[in-house]
Amino acid sequence: MSQPMDSVMALPQQKVRMGRKGNAPKPTQGIQSLILRLLVYGAAIFTFAVLLFLIGYILIRGIPYLTPDLFSLEYTSENCSMLPSIVTTVEMTLLSLVIAIPISVFTAIYLVEYAKKGNKLVGLMRLTTETLSGIPSIVYGLFGMLFFVTQLGWKLSLLSGSLTLAIMILPLIMRSTEEALLAVPDMYREASFGLGAGKLRTVFRIVLPSAMPGILAGVILAVGRIVGETAALIYTAGTATDLPKGLLSSGRTLAVHMYCLSSEGLHTNQAYATAVVLLLIVLAMNTISALIARKLTKN
Amino acid sequence: MSMNVKYKIQDLNLHYGEFHALKNINLDLPEREITAFIGPSGCGKSTLLKTLNRMNDLVEGCRIDGTVRLDGEDIFDRMDVNILRRRVGMVFQKPNPFPMSIYDNIAFGPRTHGIHSKSKLDEIVEKSLQNAAIWDEVKDRLHKSALGMSGGQQQRLCIARALAIEPEVLLMDEPTSALDPISTMKVEDLVQELKQNYTIVMVTHNMQQATRVSDKTAFFLLGEVVEFNQTSELFSMPKDQRTENYITGRFG
Repeated sequence: MSQPMDSVMALPQQKVRMGRKGNAPKPTQGIQSLILRLLVYGAAIFTFAVLLFLIGYILIRGIPYLTPDLFSLEYTSENCSMLPSIVTTVEMTLLSLVIAIPISVFTAIYLVEYAKKGNKLVGLMRLTTETLSGIPSIVYGLFGMLFFVTQLGWKLSLLSGSLTLAIMILPLIMRSTEEALLAVPDMYREASFGLGAGKLRTVFRIVLPSAMPGILAGVILAVGRIVGETAALIYTAGTATDLPKGLLSSGRTLAVHMYCLSSEGLHTNQAYATAVVLLLIVLAMNTISALIARKLTKN
Repeated sequence: MSMNVKYKIQDLNLHYGEFHALKNINLDLPEREITAFIGPSGCGKSTLLKTLNRMNDLVEGCRIDGTVRLDGEDIFDRMDVNILRRRVGMVFQKPNPFPMSIYDNIAFGPRTHGIHSKSKLDEIVEKSLQNAAIWDEVKDRLHKSALGMSGGQQQRLCIARALAIEPEVLLMDEPTSALDPISTMKVEDLVQELKQNYTIVMVTHNMQQATRVSDKTAFFLLGEVVEFNQTSELFSMPKDQRTENYITGRFG
């Protein structure tokens, strides 16, 4: 009778002793750490649960309506096909990246590798890019509409849209490239110079490859913004439902397509189905780029 | 026995901004011998070493007066800095292999200087690694990342990488300070081997190392060369009181 009692009494004491390395424990500390632990676990579980709920909700609402009709070549108001939008999304993404990556990466290389430290221009450029990345996307959309669409007369088109997006993601890729370049240890540069390699060779053969995973992370972020963007595109690329015939024709990306479907209110179910596809595309893109990043870092 | 002078340093003064880091340095570094630079931290020995292949060019606010001649040619005058660094290899304090394969690490230098033939590169890689006494340890994993090697191996790889561009001089900035005793011994043995073909200048914190390895020693203090002599003489019969104080461990 007394034996089980004893072991129960002894247990908490032992635990305390192991946890605190001999210091006499204050009971309040135990309670505090318990509360803190609950808070931390709670926050983690909450975050995860919200994400899970969101994905689950979209999947449950969307998957039943994923019919072959939704993937027909032509969009009609009956089938609400998203295939043209998928193609437009891919084109828009590639186009924006092709424009933005070289400019932003080269700018970052200038800032980190070439500009003298304490150069006033550098500070100004950092300030500008930081400001740019804080501007809401609707403002980019407005600018794109006034400048590319109206002023340059490119109308609502892939070109206007992708240029607008390119400006939008410029600071994003530039900042992450800059961080990645700064994180490359100086001893690599020294070693390269010490072997008689010039600046150009050092930057492109040693520094840039080492910074590649970081640069790629910026590009992934940028892709995420492009794929999810609506406000900046509605006024610059328009909402045409056909497959775009060229750079100067209008087209809607998946996100815009979804926005249109749900705001019209007639095809809410199809909007959910579109969301499922959008989710899958983002997921696939993240996985692929993570794989690429891992490959690059291995070498 | 006439000694060939490889480096002739005359009236060299170096400022980092306001700081006078090297004061009136005059030194003749002998060819195919090992010269050690010793002295307490901040005495200018590493600064002088970095002047010899103009790595100080990278430092902002660095001003250099005086002449440094390599085989009679002024290295600050008309000599292309990349050619200079090809003739004068450098090994750094911390092993700094590039984050690429062992092979590519060695091949980087030769490729920089225009060698692209696969067979020629293979040959250079093997020879350099053999000269750095590390071939047997790495020959089966030439295409694995250099970052997977131990610190001592990495440092010998860096020596091999420096040798791959066939320099005439090898500058070593405390090459063993980050290594364990066994790796240190291997690097020291290697340096002894290399002196048959290369002029070696080595900065070291470790006076035992200077006595073990070097032929000549220069003792630096507060940016000046206090004493420069045969290593055996400098350590057994120092002429300057400050040298004696330092080598007997009274300061530093």
